Amino acid sequence: MAPRVGVVTFPGSLDDRDAQRAVRLAGAEPVGLWHGDTDLHEVDAIVLPGGFSYGDYLRAGAIARFSPIMGPIVDAARGGLPVLGICNGFQILCESHLLPGALTRNDHLHFICRDQKLRIENTSSAFTSGFAAGQEIVIPLKNGEGAYIADERTLDELEASGRVVARYLELNPNGSRRDIAGISNEAGNVVGLMPHPEHAVEAGFGPSTDGLPFFTSVLTRLVNA
Amino acid sequence: MSIDTTADAAATPDATQPWAELGLKADEYERIKEILGRRPTSSELAMYSVMWSEHCSYKSSKVHLKQFGDKKPETDVLLVGIGENAGVVDVGEGWAVTFKVESHNHPSYVEPYQGAATGIGGIVRDILTMGARPVAVMDPLRFGPADADDTQRVLPGVVAGIGGYGNCLGLPNIGGEIVFDSTYIGNPLVNALCVGVMKHDDIKLATATGEGNLVVLFGAKTGGDGIGGVSVLASETFDADGPAKRPSVQVGDPFTEKVLIECCLELFAEDLVVGIQDLGGAGISCATSELASNGDGGMHVVLDAVPLRDATLSPEEILMSESQERMCAVVEPALIDRFMEICAKWDIDASVIGVVNASDRLTIEWRGEKIVDVPPRTVAHEGPVYERPFHRPTGQDALQAATSSGLARPEGGEAIASTVLRMVGSPNLADKSWVTQQYDRYVLGNTASAMPEDAGIVRLDESTVRGVALATDCNGRFTMLDPYAGAQLALSEAYRNVAAVGAKPLAVTNCLNFGSPEDPEVMWQFAEAVRGLADACLELGVPVTGGNVSFYNQTGDTAILPTPVIGVLGVIDDVSTHLSHAIDADGLTLVLLGTSKDEFDGSEWAHVVHQHLGGLPPAVDLDAERRLADVLVEAARGGAVTAAHDVSDGGMVQTVIEMCLRGNRGARLTIEGDAFTALFSESVARAVVAVRDDQVAPLMTLAAGSGLPVSVIGSTGGDSLTVDAGADSFTLTLDGIRTAHTATLPALFDH
Amino acid sequence: MARVVVDVMLKPEILDPQGKAVGRAAERLGYEGITAVRQGKRFELQVDGPIDDAALARIRELAASLLANTVIEDFAVRIEEQ
Repeated sequence: MAPRVGVVTFPGSLDDRDAQRAVRLAGAEPVGLWHGDTDLHEVDAIVLPGGFSYGDYLRAGAIARFSPIMGPIVDAARGGLPVLGICNGFQILCESHLLPGALTRNDHLHFICRDQKLRIENTSSAFTSGFAAGQEIVIPLKNGEGAYIADERTLDELEASGRVVARYLELNPNGSRRDIAGISNEAGNVVGLMPHPEHAVEAGFGPSTDGLPFFTSVLTRLVNA
Repeated sequence: MSIDTTADAAATPDATQPWAELGLKADEYERIKEILGRRPTSSELAMYSVMWSEHCSYKSSKVHLKQFGDKKPETDVLLVGIGENAGVVDVGEGWAVTFKVESHNHPSYVEPYQGAATGIGGIVRDILTMGARPVAVMDPLRFGPADADDTQRVLPGVVAGIGGYGNCLGLPNIGGEIVFDSTYIGNPLVNALCVGVMKHDDIKLATATGEGNLVVLFGAKTGGDGIGGVSVLASETFDADGPAKRPSVQVGDPFTEKVLIECCLELFAEDLVVGIQDLGGAGISCATSELASNGDGGMHVVLDAVPLRDATLSPEEILMSESQERMCAVVEPALIDRFMEICAKWDIDASVIGVVNASDRLTIEWRGEKIVDVPPRTVAHEGPVYERPFHRPTGQDALQAATSSGLARPEGGEAIASTVLRMVGSPNLADKSWVTQQYDRYVLGNTASAMPEDAGIVRLDESTVRGVALATDCNGRFTMLDPYAGAQLALSEAYRNVAAVGAKPLAVTNCLNFGSPEDPEVMWQFAEAVRGLADACLELGVPVTGGNVSFYNQTGDTAILPTPVIGVLGVIDDVSTHLSHAIDADGLTLVLLGTSKDEFDGSEWAHVVHQHLGGLPPAVDLDAERRLADVLVEAARGGAVTAAHDVSDGGMVQTVIEMCLRGNRGARLTIEGDAFTALFSESVARAVVAVRDDQVAPLMTLAAGSGLPVSVIGSTGGDSLTVDAGADSFTLTLDGIRTAHTATLPALFDH
Repeated sequence: MARVVVDVMLKPEILDPQGKAVGRAAERLGYEGITAVRQGKRFELQVDGPIDDAALARIRELAASLLANTVIEDFAVRIEEQ
């Protein structure tokens, strides 16, 4: 039976259906999860997709993080369930304190959509084990509040413990500290990523298919569990 | 506050009413009294004033727009024609596509961000109302000179607004235009296009039928925004002192609209609505009167049931409010509970505000008193029809006589090279990434082609390989010189752009941006442009499915260049066969399809180098356009070319440069004859294609079969653009060209 | 009638590009001598009942968990007469 990956829809989520498609293309069964439910339907992993949940009101992800579904998700994540937060999902993970730091307004103040070069630096996380260490990929980036910030101590700790999962190459598109594009928690099961791998999984509909390993990696972990 | 009821109106026939302040003319006021047999109540006056405004009633344009129906080409692709919220075309495999372009010009001058944002919001709702999922947007934009102070004020706000609203809705922006011209200072043009996809049996219409059916208002609460927006803003010119009409601008909330879209799609999926209308210009006045007018009976509305954001609004204000993100549906009583359940799931306010009945009147009550009792057709569809006088401008002959033939042309390789760099970096031809990077092009995962490609392409759905392509174009300068030809040239260009990505052009939408219809010279431009467009659509076999007219784009006595923006939609059977203009390999042969002629009147060169506008635009050749399009579509399908790009503004050299920059590869061109003409002329019906050796023969066969002139002009490779043209030869490095091309907009707009 | 006002500002060490942009715009408009601008948020809360210590404590909790992201923002709570 194919692994089941839940994709949460909050009011205002935009890339949820695209994330579901990516899960399907990776060989897993996508399960739509509604923000107002508390039932995780026994999924094996969860994706918090991109978008503008609650219109980014107050702060991006600040209101979504209190949705009923987030209680069970936080518990499950602390218990080891793989959770991938993409863009708005990353913002929600930081607001929920499942990941350290915060995402703020792009330093140049504009929304930016571009094909972004990244280096994958941590291949032991649940969602990056399918990459080679140091692999360079190109996937879309599209956000207005994508600058990752944290205090120096936290940044040093992330670097030292190898928890920087992906780093911007060639151009830092938003002012993120240390060019950080994605990080993981200590256990490696929770990953936050600003760029959008779900838009690089189908030839002809994105700059590459470099995003697919984010979705296939977790299946390997699940199958081997 | 006393309520002006229908009884009061009958009893006080001579009460003074502010019909002039509301934008009505004296004869229109008299006509309303005739229709009602008494003076209108203040609420009725408010309704008629907004619905009979130019923007809503098309009173000055109707008699001309009739041609789109009269001259409709024979076609079986039209599922819904002109007259509904948007046209719908059959694209095969049971899929239908609805698309339309609209304007939000005046509000964008007053409040750039919100004006542009609500422009997107409005057109998206029009598409949603047809029963479709909106799947993409485009933004044809026009501003004053790029370095003007007011452009600094308007452009960044407009772009941020379009991005802010469109991105938050989750709609990819797949194309558009940015044009700078002094004519638009004070009158920026913000046109917005939306396209939606559905199955044939999903089509919804704005009809209230079925006695006893309920009228439901849902979406955002109603507040005081934009009151009288259409009548006040879009139907009058600005005075020279600038944006004084501040209070009438609407403020949008894209999050609410996103949620509204999802809610509506669920309502549609469960077949819960009999008819549906979105609330745009003229708000509730429009929605109720149009639904009733389209239906088979009447309607009674209890205005007290409208959810309000501001409890102090008067009934007149509620009727005129243009609060955004609202829809009005007609629902059978048996289904209302389920309807409400779905709205509640999405946290959307919904309120039953009325009922369809068997009368032939639209009646509205407030606090138990009747304040509106009108025949709905007279409000919504039988507004005034003007036959505005028009005559050829007195200056037109002189304008057409002032050709570009006397303008000094660059001679010798160095002069031509420096002209190339100057043109490529000029604002209209420069790289537009500064703008387009602010738009999400990927959301929904179906975008196969987006700017700067010739046309945007979206796959209809992940279950199929079929897609639709869209392009919008207009050259206001050409249209000024000859409005009949200018409109045809705009259609030609959009048609050509759709074919250039390998899609077969199918249907047309238009946004006709003109000055004041009260100026007979402007009216002549409009009449000629519509006539030209209708004639060309007939000849090319592509019907107009709907569109928008924006009049009064002028400040004081000076109208904008007549700017009929034309959008063409095409179909591509297999999205993976589409063409891009990136030349991605060395050693490809570059081929010019079509013929270049010495025609520079109204050209980008005459504009940039000489600031000259005069003469006659390039000769239209619709037959050649059709033959070119057929070749391009067939070439894409059969894999006979590797890359293709249409030739338009800036001429063939601009086309080749864009292909080189996109593929990051140089080229060598060999020019016989006059280099200046070959490089910069803007003759119609041309494209440059790149072919591998094995594709040369198939392409030549295709072209010969269509009688299309073909000439080999060069090959790809290296890191420079080299032109061999005798004494006019030159070389420019790709890096140098790229720098000139990409520096312009950031230098102007990055702070 | 009293209400509670919560002011939220980015912590001093956090880059504030919006504040910077506002400062530059002020300069362009000719307002000299404004050496720095930082932009924040102001929340106005109407509450039922008296605004006593218990109420203020609850509001501080709300501020810390929802109104401000304490990773990057500081907040201040005060009572204001309308």
